[in-house]
Amino acid sequence: MLEVRGINKSFGPVHVLRDVGMSASTGEVTALVGDNGAGKSTLVKCIGGIYSIDAGEILIDGEPANIHSPRDAAGYGIEIVYQDLALCDNLDIVQNMFLGRERKSGLVLDEPTMEQLAAQTLSTLAVRTMANVRQPVSSLSGGQRQTVAIAKAVLWNSRLVILDEPTAALGVQQTAQVLELVRRLADNGLAVILISHNMNDVFAVSDRIAALYLGQMVAQVKTTDVTHSQVVELITSGKSEGIK
Amino acid sequence: MIATMLGAVKRSPALPALAGLVVLCTVFSIMRPRFFTAGNLANLTTQGAQITVIAMGLVFVLLLGEIDLSAGFASGVCAGVLAVTLDQYQFPWYASVLAAVLTGTAIGLLLGFLVAKIGIPSFVVTLAAFLAFQGVALLLLEEGKNISVREPIIVAIANRNLYPWLGWALGALGVVAFAGVQFLSAARRRAKGVTAERWQVTTAKVVVLAVLVGVTVAVLNGERSANTLISSLRGVPIVVPIVVVLLILWTFVLRRTAYGRHLYAVGGNREAARRAGINVDRIRISAFVICSSMAAIGGIIAASRANSVDPNTGGSNVLLYAVGAAVIGGTSLFGGKGRAIDAVIGGLVVAVIENGMALMGYGAGIKYVVTGTVLLLAAGVDALSRKRTDAGR
Repeated sequence: MLEVRGINKSFGPVHVLRDVGMSASTGEVTALVGDNGAGKSTLVKCIGGIYSIDAGEILIDGEPANIHSPRDAAGYGIEIVYQDLALCDNLDIVQNMFLGRERKSGLVLDEPTMEQLAAQTLSTLAVRTMANVRQPVSSLSGGQRQTVAIAKAVLWNSRLVILDEPTAALGVQQTAQVLELVRRLADNGLAVILISHNMNDVFAVSDRIAALYLGQMVAQVKTTDVTHSQVVELITSGKSEGIK
Repeated sequence: MIATMLGAVKRSPALPALAGLVVLCTVFSIMRPRFFTAGNLANLTTQGAQITVIAMGLVFVLLLGEIDLSAGFASGVCAGVLAVTLDQYQFPWYASVLAAVLTGTAIGLLLGFLVAKIGIPSFVVTLAAFLAFQGVALLLLEEGKNISVREPIIVAIANRNLYPWLGWALGALGVVAFAGVQFLSAARRRAKGVTAERWQVTTAKVVVLAVLVGVTVAVLNGERSANTLISSLRGVPIVVPIVVVLLILWTFVLRRTAYGRHLYAVGGNREAARRAGINVDRIRISAFVICSSMAAIGGIIAASRANSVDPNTGGSNVLLYAVGAAVIGGTSLFGGKGRAIDAVIGGLVVAVIENGMALMGYGAGIKYVVTGTVLLLAAGVDALSRKRTDAGR
């Protein structure tokens, strides 16, 4: 669904991404791994339209895409769920899910429709832990907040969802819940890119692994073809025996 | 049904202020029976109106976690514009009102620009404006002249009353409209199969409002002239429906429009709002514009009540009372939480304290101390409730 080719990005003298190529397919979870500073977040922000790319191209369904702002990215069905959630504590679940894209009838907010759509989206994600979609986000647990952030991304008929470290701050049980949700997104026919530091998470849900090392894509492999330690090697040294 | 009603009441953020209001009114009524007379209550509403209207504007700025210390003197400057255009340039009343409100809008644009675009903290911007507007008021009124306002329509705002029948008609219209909106929206929500308020709660709300409106109109329609042979003084002060219309307008904007939703979002988490595609700068500027424009309306009411404008109009404790009113009513100083009705409830509390203490014969010293204490108490409740929700996560 998404393919990027030859992406270069510099911040002043710092060359962060060098000829990075990567693809993500519908129905698959692609794990994007790499050490701190390898360029994962920069790559994602380029795809999401927050940074402009210096060189290279982004293809959506094989066609070159013009992405210059987050709005452009959203137009192509790309949604990013950030690490620091970006939810408003003082608003409820429905209000957060529709923030900035409220449904209106005339001048007035169309609350019943928004509530209905939010509840539908949560139920397609098989989220049963949230009984009341009108509770404020401040009353939710970390896993529930992550779920709301993901549901917010899915609400917009998105086709590619990028998750930046969705389990970083979560406990064991909540991590399992969120990973299950990530898997379900792909099974529902979305392309998913999962950024993670946690090898257990990567091996638990991903179909493919893309490894970045110092701004270069060193491997993009099937998860079933590699071992835990090979991936760690790719992350730390940029190469591993038997992987090309 | 009682349980659901109690539950709804318990969750209301205005509960401490409402409870305080009831206690204060009871105490003052017992200590000074004159407190609960038509004459005094009518006096109280006009006393509280200026502060309430300024507080209603301040709610918007406070919602974003900002502050406007200049709202008091901004209202003074706008009142000055009103008086000067009426007195020296012989403007018709509506042109003067428009000029005053537009002055407020311009002030708000300037403050908002300095805060949102230049990035100066609102505390500093509005503190500077507080000083500067004090000076502008002096310049406008040529070093302290007192300009009297004689325009009959402007004077009527705070000094004349509705015909008693009109008071009843408007009150009934308000209650019926409220009931209609509440029941219709509940019915629409049920039809869509989404969470809807229990009909008992809706009914209870309507009944409570009807009783409140009924009692208020009945009391204010009572005869309050000392000697009915000379003149009759009855009816709801004209300023009351003005405050109610502003209350309905801003409640609608905050609760029913996307703009209102975005205000709450920016106050709750600015970064989240920005990522959701909301133009944060525009929202912040608009809040200051609304605040200063409302301050202008507050200034017009003050000019009407005093029949004149002097350099101290909107000065002394007006701003602190207005901030106090908003916070006492339940608006958070930390942003993200606040309603237009908070300003009305808080404004009533402030007016009741000021009025009741004066009736008790206490001097200004005690009044200031008590109002200050109440403000601290309200801010304390706000801070503690915020701490509790933070710990709950």
